[in-house]
Amino acid sequence: MNSAFIISLLQGLLGTVILSILTFIFGGILGFLIALARISPVAVISRGTGVYIEILQGMPLLVLMGLCFYGPGIFGYDSLSPLQAATFALTLYSSAYLGEIWRGCLQSVAKPQWEAAECLGIGRWHRMRHVILPQALRIATPPTVGFMVQIIKNTSIASLVVGYAELSYNAKIINNSTFQPFLYFGIAALMYFAVCYPLSVQSRVLERKLNVANR
Amino acid sequence: MTYEFDFGAVLGYWPLLLQGTLTTLRLTLFSTVFGILIGAFCALVKTGGPQWARTIVGLYVEFIRNTPLLIQSYFLIFGIASMGLRLPILVGATIALTVNIGAYTTEIVRAGIESIHRGQLEAAECLGLSKVQTYLHIIIRPALERVYPALASQYVLLMLASSILSSVGVEELFGMSNRIQSDTFRNFEVFVVLGILYLILAVVVRAGFSLLGLALFPRRRKLGTSL
Repeated sequence: MNSAFIISLLQGLLGTVILSILTFIFGGILGFLIALARISPVAVISRGTGVYIEILQGMPLLVLMGLCFYGPGIFGYDSLSPLQAATFALTLYSSAYLGEIWRGCLQSVAKPQWEAAECLGIGRWHRMRHVILPQALRIATPPTVGFMVQIIKNTSIASLVVGYAELSYNAKIINNSTFQPFLYFGIAALMYFAVCYPLSVQSRVLERKLNVANR
Repeated sequence: MTYEFDFGAVLGYWPLLLQGTLTTLRLTLFSTVFGILIGAFCALVKTGGPQWARTIVGLYVEFIRNTPLLIQSYFLIFGIASMGLRLPILVGATIALTVNIGAYTTEIVRAGIESIHRGQLEAAECLGLSKVQTYLHIIIRPALERVYPALASQYVLLMLASSILSSVGVEELFGMSNRIQSDTFRNFEVFVVLGILYLILAVVVRAGFSLLGLALFPRRRKLGTSL
C-alpha cells in the first residue's frame, strides 16, 4: 500500500463531496419548485411536472449525463466542464426524486390545516410559508437525509460519461496500475460507507423521533 | 452554426440496439429472480434467525446500501478476475447486480414480514401448520404481496442501474452506445435514442410486474385492491 495512492483516493473523496453538495443545493432548489408545481391547481403545470418526473425517473442517470454533456454544445452554448455537466445532470435527476418526496410531504399536512388557513383569510404565500411548510419540513427531514445518501452514491458514475474525477474514478486509475482490486476498491468502498452510513443512521433516528411525536 | 440532427445514422445500428436491449432485460430478469430469493431468505433470517446470523445480514444490508453499485461491481468483478477465476462477463455482472439488489430486497421484504400480525402466526400454530408451511403461506407470501409495489419499483430502478455495468465491459443497451458513438460521432443523438429506449423499457418492465402481480396474488385480484 502506497501513501500516494491513499492521498489520491482522499482527493477523489473531496471531488465526490463537492459534487454531492452542489447537487444537493441546486437539486434541492429545483426539487422544491417541482414539488410546488406538482400540487399547483393549474392542471397544465401539475401535469407538465408530472411528465417531467416520469421522464427523469424512467431513464438511467448515465443517459442523462450524456445528454447534459453533449447537449449544450449542440444547441450553440459553450460546452460544459465535467463538473458543470455532472452537476447539471445530477441536479435534474435529484430534482425529480426530491420533488416527488416533498410533494408527498406537502400533501401529508392535514387537509383541515389548508382549509383553516384559507378560512382565516391567509394568502396563498403566507399559508405556504407559515402554516404548511413548517409542518411539512418536519415530515420531510428523514426522507431528505436518506436521499442525500442516494446523491452521494450517484456521484460515483459522474466519471463514466462526463469524465469528472471523483473517488470511483481515482480508485479505478489506481487499480489499473496496481492490480489490487480488493485493496483499493475496498478502501474506496469504506470511504463511501464512512460518508453515507452516518446519514442513513441519522435519517432513521429522525424518523423514529417523528413517529414518537405522532403517537 | 446550426447543428443538423442525424438520427438515421444511429437508428441504422438497430441490430446492436436490439441485442443490447435483450441483454439488459436478461440481466434484469436473472438478478430479479436471484435477488428475490436472497432477499426473502435474508429477511427471514433478520426477523427470526439466531443473533449471529442477524448481525451478518445486517452488516451485508448496511454495507451494500451505503456504497455505490459501481464500486461494488469493480470490487466483485475485478476482484474475482484478480484471483484468477475466469467468469463470463455476464455472469459477473449478474452476481454484482444480485448482491446489490439482494440487500434492498431484504429491507423491503423485512418491512413486509414485520407488518404480518402476530395473530396470523398464532392462528397458523393452532391449525397445526408445520414450520415450513407457516413460513411459506402465512409469512412470506402475504409479506411479498404487501410490499409488491415497492419491490416492483425497486426492480425498475435495477433495470435502469444495470446501465452502470457497461463500465466493466458488459454489452447491454448502454454499453452498445460506446460502439455506435465511435462509429458515427453522433454522441447526442445516441443518448436521445438511448433515453427513449430506456423510457419504453421502464414502461414495459413496470407493466410486466403489474401482470405478474395479478397472476401471483389472486386474492388481491378478487378483492379488487390495486397493485
